[in-house]
Order: sequence, then structure tokens, then C-alpha cells
Amino acid sequence: MARSLPSKPIPAASSDPRREVTLTVNGETLTRSVSPRMLLSDFIRHELGLTGTHVGCEHGVCGCCTVLIDGRAGRSCLTLAVQAEGAEIRTIESVARPDGTLHPVQQAFMECHALQCGFCTPGFVMAILSYLEETPQPDLSEDAIREVLSGNLCRCTGYKNIVRAFRRAVELRDARATGGG
Amino acid sequence: MKPALFDYTAPETVAEAVATLAADESARPLAGGQSLIPIMNFRLAQPGTLVDLGRVAGLDGITVTESEVRIGAMTRQRTLESHAGANAAHPLIAEVLAHVAHIAIRNRGTVGGSIAHADASAELPCLLLATGGSVCATGPEGERTVAADDLFSFHMTTTLAQTEILTEVRIPRLPPATGWAFEEYARRRGDYALAGVCALVTRGAGGVCTGARLAGCGIADRPVRLTAAEDALRGSTVCEDALMAAGEAAKGHATLPDDLQASQAYRADLLAALVRRAAVRAAERAGG
Ligand SMILES: Cc1cc2nc3c(=O)[nH]c(=O)nc-3n(C[C@H](O)[C@H](O)[C@H](O)COP(=O)(O)OP(=O)(O)OC[C@H]3O[C@@H](n4cnc5c(N)ncnc54)[C@H](O)[C@@H]3O)c2cc1C
Ligand code: FES
Ligand code: FES
Repeated sequence: MARSLPSKPIPAASSDPRREVTLTVNGETLTRSVSPRMLLSDFIRHELGLTGTHVGCEHGVCGCCTVLIDGRAGRSCLTLAVQAEGAEIRTIESVARPDGTLHPVQQAFMECHALQCGFCTPGFVMAILSYLEETPQPDLSEDAIREVLSGNLCRCTGYKNIVRAFRRAVELRDARATGGG
Repeated sequence: MKPALFDYTAPETVAEAVATLAADESARPLAGGQSLIPIMNFRLAQPGTLVDLGRVAGLDGITVTESEVRIGAMTRQRTLESHAGANAAHPLIAEVLAHVAHIAIRNRGTVGGSIAHADASAELPCLLLATGGSVCATGPEGERTVAADDLFSFHMTTTLAQTEILTEVRIPRLPPATGWAFEEYARRRGDYALAGVCALVTRGAGGVCTGARLAGCGIADRPVRLTAAEDALRGSTVCEDALMAAGEAAKGHATLPDDLQASQAYRADLLAALVRRAAVRAAERAGG
């Protein structure tokens, strides 16, 4: 049986009330008019077209929407775009250098085969980036690394290679700092 | 899923925030959003107005006084966890916070938000009870202080009115000759506890326990003081027998009926084990 057509025409644009928000995303300051209920994750993906930030669960559990909010990892699915007024947001798109050179964390993920489908990877990279900025000399024991990674879920890799990538990222960063890599 | 429509306000003063709450019975404060936004995404909550506390002046910051640690309600959980002064005044704070969710959640989630949310399994309300802390709140009638013992009335329910804003959380300094410990069991790292125990044990001459304060989370319809276990420890040398007795006594506090996570009997056994572990570690740290 054919599905009946909607009785009312589908609106071309949302009729939600709007509010202006000014924030900095990957170094660029921009102002947009958004519905207050728009999640930061949707703002980043749909308004700005930065689709490297992924959305899995929308309740804070999977971590694949993790971005840096004022320099610290946070869930973009648990933040309203309007809450980010005046904030500085960094997404995965800002992590590699403009010439394409990978960040040590990205390089390490590649070398250690710490991704398969890659859906979770932007979230892991942003979470690790934030942690290493907060804690430049991290505890590299298996337990401590797993604690840091515990806020991100990967359904493919089984985590072993992600733990390896964390250690490798620290090595690569230190090598670059001393001019080695 | 996405939240239902709401009016959004971002006041700059507590007075303004209170007035907005008073004008709409369905209005709710928004702090870190780490509990409220998931609930709204699932449409389990549909507040008519969201009062974002993020721009209200004077709601964050940590002050350590001679008697207590004063934590502004909007202080992020991660900020408190890494605050040297606060953790010198009460080392149980950081030990407990390490069990709250994950770093990315603690970066956004606030101390006041966790207490106001009052999940019966949450760790911070349990810490507030064990330490004998209190909160300050401001409402249309002015300011008041509420002791932890009078704050938690049910799962996700406090005795604060819908029109009141929690402004500060106060945790007394660790008393002298007192050891501390937190133990919990959760199915996955960062999950809410199936059961958790905060223990503070004070020891006097000969290692005798002169005071004990224990609180549990995840075991009842709210965080509870484990008074029966405290009684079993007080006056003992925290020896094996006393620990066993304290664990057994605590079981009566595990009143949560069987649920999908665990049976009541399992939770009671778990609580007994956690009481023993927390009490023995706290006693060791108390010395004597
Ligand atoms: C994946 C995940 C895992 C988690 N695991 C844990 C865990 O293991 N243990 C744990 O304890 N928590 C856990 N949480 C919850 C987290 O700690 C929240 O940060 C906390 O419960 C609420 O703090 P918030 O600042 O985010 O408050 P919000 O989510 O903004 O608010 C929560 C509630 O409190 C009210 N409120 C907030 N601030 C005030 C105030 N100042 N005055 C009056 N009312 C106020 C709000 O109106 C709302 O009803 C988890 C969250 C997620 C997403
Ligand atoms: S989409 Fe945000 S944590 Fe899963
Ligand atoms: S690589 Fe597929 S989910 Fe992590």
C-alpha cells in the first residue's frame, strides 16, 4: 500500500526562533544565526560543512564527536551551539599542517594501524591531543593510557593498536621537538 | 535525537537567573550540560526555558579556607580534580573525581551540576555526604545553606526548589589523624557505579578508630550515610573482625530493589566488600 502524502507541505526552512552566535572555529571567527536547540556537532557538520567531526550516539558515550572547546576535549553533541558563544573550537580539520604534514598523533595512528573504518578516529585524535596538551609528560603505562582512552569507543580495532599509537605519538612529538622527525 | 524547542536565556547575574526560573515553572538551569543535554536529546526532559549559567559572573572558582574548600557551582569537575590546594585540603576529592565519567565529560561537567542533578549512583553527592559538606543556594527569598544530610531526597531530586540556584559547594578539610578512600565497582570504566563507598576513618592512641564517616552511592534511592558500618568500626582497631562486621552491617543500607543491572542481594554483597576495602585503606592512611 502506498504511504499517504503528508497533509501539510514540508517547510523548506526551520521555523525555529534564531539567535546569533559568534565563535572561532579552527582559527576563523564567524557569526551565524542558529536555533538555540542546534547541537554544536550539527553546527559544525551542517552549518560549516566540517564533516570530520562524527556523530554516533548523541548522549556522550561514544566520543566520536569530541572537539576542543577552549583548548580542552569536549563532546560537541552535549553542547549547544549557542553555549559556544565566544569560545574557541578546534576540529580534526585543523590538526594536520596546511601542507598536509600529519600531526604526530595522526602519524602514529597511521603507523600503528590504530584505525580500520576510521569512524571513531577523529574523536580519539582530539581526545589525545587535548590530553597531551594538558599533560605533556604522560604516564605511559598500559593502565594509564587505557584510562585516557576510556571515553572513546572503537568498534573495529580492539584498542591494542590505539594504545600503541598513544605511545608512538609521544615518541614522534618528542622527536619532532628535538628536530629529529 | 534532538532536543525539543525551548527558550534560551544566558543571564549575567544570579538574580536575573533566579527571576527567569521563577517566571516559568518548566525552566531549568543549564550548567555543563553533560546530564541535561543527553536527557533533552532523548526528550526525557523538555524544559520550556533553559537558563544557561555559563555567563553568570562569580559562579566559578575554588577558595581554600582554614576550615573548608569552597567550590563555585560552575567550576568544571576536571578543574577541581587538578587543583593542588583543594586536594591538599582534602585528598579524597581527586580520588573520587577520577571515577566520574571520562576526562572529556569532566572537562565540561560542573561540580554544582553533579550535586544538583543528584543521581543516586553519582560519586560527588556521595563525597559531599561522607565529608559532611554543604551547599549554598540562592532563590527568590535569598540565600541559604543546606547541609548534605538534608539535601538529597530521592534519585535525581534534591530539596532545592525549582527557583533556586546552587551557587557553591563546601567540603570541610580532612580532619587530623584521618585517612580517606573511595572504592567503586562499575561494569565499564567511567560508568556510573553499581555501588561505591567513600570512607573517612580517624584513629587515636593504639590505632583505635575514634571516628568513621562512610557514605555509599548506587545502592538506594539516593546517596546514603552507612551509619551501621560506622558504628561497627568505631571503637575497634579496624581489625579483620571489625571490617567483616562493618561490611555485614552495611548490607542493610542496600535498599535498591532488583533492577536490570543487579539484584538487591548482589548489591548488598558488593557493598559489604567495598566497605571492607575502603575502610581498610582509609585506616592505613590514618596511620596508628
Ligand atoms: C557518558 C557519560 C558518563 C557519565 N558518567 C558519570 C559517572 O560515572 N558519575 C557521575 O557522577 N556522573 C556521570 N556523568 C554525568 C556528569 O558527571 C555530569 O556532568 C553531571 O551529572 C551534571 O553536571 P553538569 O554540569 O553537566 O550539569 P547539567 O547537565 O547542565 O545539569 C544537570 C541538572 O542539574 C541542574 N543544575 C545544574 N547546575 C545547577 C545549579 N547550579 N543550580 C541548580 N540546578 C542546577 C540542571 O537544571 C539539570 O537538571 C556522566 C555523563 C556522561 C555523558
Ligand atoms: S556522538 Fe557525542 S559522544 Fe557519541
Ligand atoms: S576504526 Fe572503526 S570504529 Fe574505530
